[in-house]
Amino acid sequence: MSDDDKNPTTPKAPQGSDVTSSADRPKKAAESSVLVGGSDDGGDAPTPGVTGESGEGGEPTTRSEDARSMLRQITESSTLVVILAIVASLIIGGILIILASEEVRTTAGYFFSRPGDMLSAMWNAVSSAYSAMWNGAFFNADADSFSGMIRPFINTLTMATPLIFAGLGLGIGFRAGLFNIGAQGQIIMGATLGAMVGFMWHLPPGLHLIVAVLGCALGGAIWGFIPGILKAKTGAHEVITTIMLNYIALNFLAYLLTLDAFQRPGSDNPQSPILDSSSQYPQVFGAQYPLHLGFFVALFAAWGVWWLMERSTLGFQFRAVGANPSASRTAGMSVAKSTVLVMVIAGALAGLAGSGQILGTQPSLTTGIAASFGFDAITVALLGRSRPLGIVFAAILFGGLKASGPALQVQAGLPIDIVLVVQSLIVLFIAAPPLVRFLFRLPTPKNEKEVAV
Amino acid sequence: MSAVVEASQGTAPEPSPEDAPVTAAKRWRTPIILGVVALVSLIVFGLGSKAGETTSFSISRASDFFTVDTFTLPTRTTAIVASLLALALAAYSAWAVSQSRKTGWWLPVVFGIAVMFALLAWAGGGRGATDIQITGLLTGAVVLSVPLVFGSLSGVVCERSGIINIAIEGQLLAGAFLAAVVGSATGNPYIGLIAAPVAGALVGMLLALFTVKYWVNQIVVGVVLNVLVIGVTSFLFGTLLRDNANLNQNLGMADLPIPLLSKIPIIGPVLFDHNLLVYLMYAAVGVLSVMLFKSRWGLRVRAVGEHPTAADTVGIKVNRTRVRNTILGGALAGLGGAFFTVASGLAFGKEMTAGTGFIALAAMILGRWRPSGALAASVMFGFAIALKDQLGIIGSPIPSQLLAMLPYIVTIFAVAGLVGHARPPAAEGIPYKK
Repeated sequence: MSDDDKNPTTPKAPQGSDVTSSADRPKKAAESSVLVGGSDDGGDAPTPGVTGESGEGGEPTTRSEDARSMLRQITESSTLVVILAIVASLIIGGILIILASEEVRTTAGYFFSRPGDMLSAMWNAVSSAYSAMWNGAFFNADADSFSGMIRPFINTLTMATPLIFAGLGLGIGFRAGLFNIGAQGQIIMGATLGAMVGFMWHLPPGLHLIVAVLGCALGGAIWGFIPGILKAKTGAHEVITTIMLNYIALNFLAYLLTLDAFQRPGSDNPQSPILDSSSQYPQVFGAQYPLHLGFFVALFAAWGVWWLMERSTLGFQFRAVGANPSASRTAGMSVAKSTVLVMVIAGALAGLAGSGQILGTQPSLTTGIAASFGFDAITVALLGRSRPLGIVFAAILFGGLKASGPALQVQAGLPIDIVLVVQSLIVLFIAAPPLVRFLFRLPTPKNEKEVAV
Repeated sequence: MSAVVEASQGTAPEPSPEDAPVTAAKRWRTPIILGVVALVSLIVFGLGSKAGETTSFSISRASDFFTVDTFTLPTRTTAIVASLLALALAAYSAWAVSQSRKTGWWLPVVFGIAVMFALLAWAGGGRGATDIQITGLLTGAVVLSVPLVFGSLSGVVCERSGIINIAIEGQLLAGAFLAAVVGSATGNPYIGLIAAPVAGALVGMLLALFTVKYWVNQIVVGVVLNVLVIGVTSFLFGTLLRDNANLNQNLGMADLPIPLLSKIPIIGPVLFDHNLLVYLMYAAVGVLSVMLFKSRWGLRVRAVGEHPTAADTVGIKVNRTRVRNTILGGALAGLGGAFFTVASGLAFGKEMTAGTGFIALAAMILGRWRPSGALAASVMFGFAIALKDQLGIIGSPIPSQLLAMLPYIVTIFAVAGLVGHARPPAAEGIPYKK
């Protein structure tokens, strides 16, 4: 630590870093700067406020002071907040599991005669649920073979693939100040176009996959272009238009599936023919594991998005428009162009999420093709603070939660919906670090309020 | 100049040179779109129906004061006449624009009725004994709009104070859940009806906690709360309610026909022969319309939503107003959620609101953040759903999936400026920090 840091006259936490205080600022700018600003402050780097704090008392530094300030840095770091947010979510999820457990309710009836019964029933309910989740999502220690042990994690990565793609697209939108709720519709349209390439055209291997992947991206891009151009030309709010386009896409797909061209021969259900195997992502670790090439394409896309947003002029424009559209316009950037491009890129990425489904795990078109990936991706992007690396990890975490569904059902007899509860609580807690600090009685850093999603 | 100012209010501020042509285009957009729709109606419904067919409409019930017989009209002529009327209205709208006159709200309404009549005539043509049930259609529209009206009123109450409420969906679902559980546990649907707003208010409280106290992005909180409520209700549905079937029964609320009024043909069954929740909806719209624009409370709420700093300067507690309004809004949406369970006589089902909250959100924006507008837009959506059901019964020539898209497409057109500029409360979405 330098002398400056210990100097008692060090100014208090800089009030000037208050990026969002002006209430008069245009709404859009404030909204996005909260999103962007929050993620900027989310890093682990000690901020001036944190280091300045240790010297505030003005006492000479001793060894124990040093240790205390280190402890303080740890307790004030946002990584700890993330971990504690996950812990708090699991605790609340556990309370819900206890409340819903039949055994707990039965034993509660004679709580005063044999309290141990109820406590052990509570413990059983929670531990069986969470161990089933762990076994189903990451590592199954009970399995006989090595492949059985790691299979859950492979499933998790497969499940994470659409979440990575769609989360990346939404993340770009958030950083550019666009709140795109339309990933669901973009996934559907991407999967639809990709599926049409997959079962209507019969191209040579290799080329077929590439064309199908491009078809997915194109379908999503078209569905992203519509709200983008409407926003740029008429100011129509993207939250409303994307929500509406989700429903339009779903109904459109339902309509297509009634047509003869989309009917699987010999089937009465609304489902398309199975895609040519030449158009599907190959399975990377052989047929016994579901993980397909799409996961690696997703990782590559994450790198591409990082490069776009951090290293390219275009990405700089996106971020500038997101942080302050008026200033960007003054600087000669076209806000309209940026809006349309961001939505097209976000749509294309969501369309690729559709490819993770239709060309990867579910090679036949049904109305359930998008599952709930479009909505889950919103929480993924928020948890990942709109940064590619964060999104990859968040997608793997939530992919794991999703993948644990069957295990949860079979081992613990619980519906998978508990996963939604835990997932949404995690995002809520991470968005409000002061609440987490309050719950765990952690000290309040000086720049507390700025660390908000 | 004033037109330029008006145009730039609703959208993001554009550089001024672009404004003039945009405004000119905007003035002509309405007549052009009306004209195109009328022409499509003429070609598809008018000329597209066969010459010799007839369509029968039935409008009255046996219990009315006097009955009107089912009447039969020649399909093709009816559709053509209705379409021509629509075309004439489009022409009138174009004339009004060229004269810089304003047309009243009646024009799009009459236009819509004319096109709908053409559509019904076309769809019901040559169906023999199957009548188009006009009264049934309109009754369905009113009933189906109940959750939408409560949801969009919830949006109005929250957004007028500056809090964006995306969590309407979650509030509806929470209301539906608690109404079913409490109603079943007590065996009385009316107690369930009282419980529903409590559940919605709880979701509203969470929204207020995170947005007002912790300044989290309001859209983020709304989206996440929706997921949370879906998760909690579905989980409890799959555990608690599965193990205790008596906690989730089909309860129904009796219709309470209003004496005399309910006997009037068409209007009676459509408006005055419903259960308590529908009458509560009328009351809510009326009370909120007056309170929001004529009372001190309403003035304060709007001041907080438009310019919180100014409101604070004159001594209005900004954040307290926002918290109260968010909770009140949640309670309203929760009450609307009761529609899905106790007021419809159904048990709770997983994710049974199925996106209604989002349509309510769109209805609020279409209604330009006013209770009366929200009512009109919600009834429009309700009518679209009822129409889909009706055409499903008589066997429609249009695939039902395409028809189901219609309200969403209309909404997109509407927010893109067809219906005119909608300007949200200025301070919406921005946390108030002293």
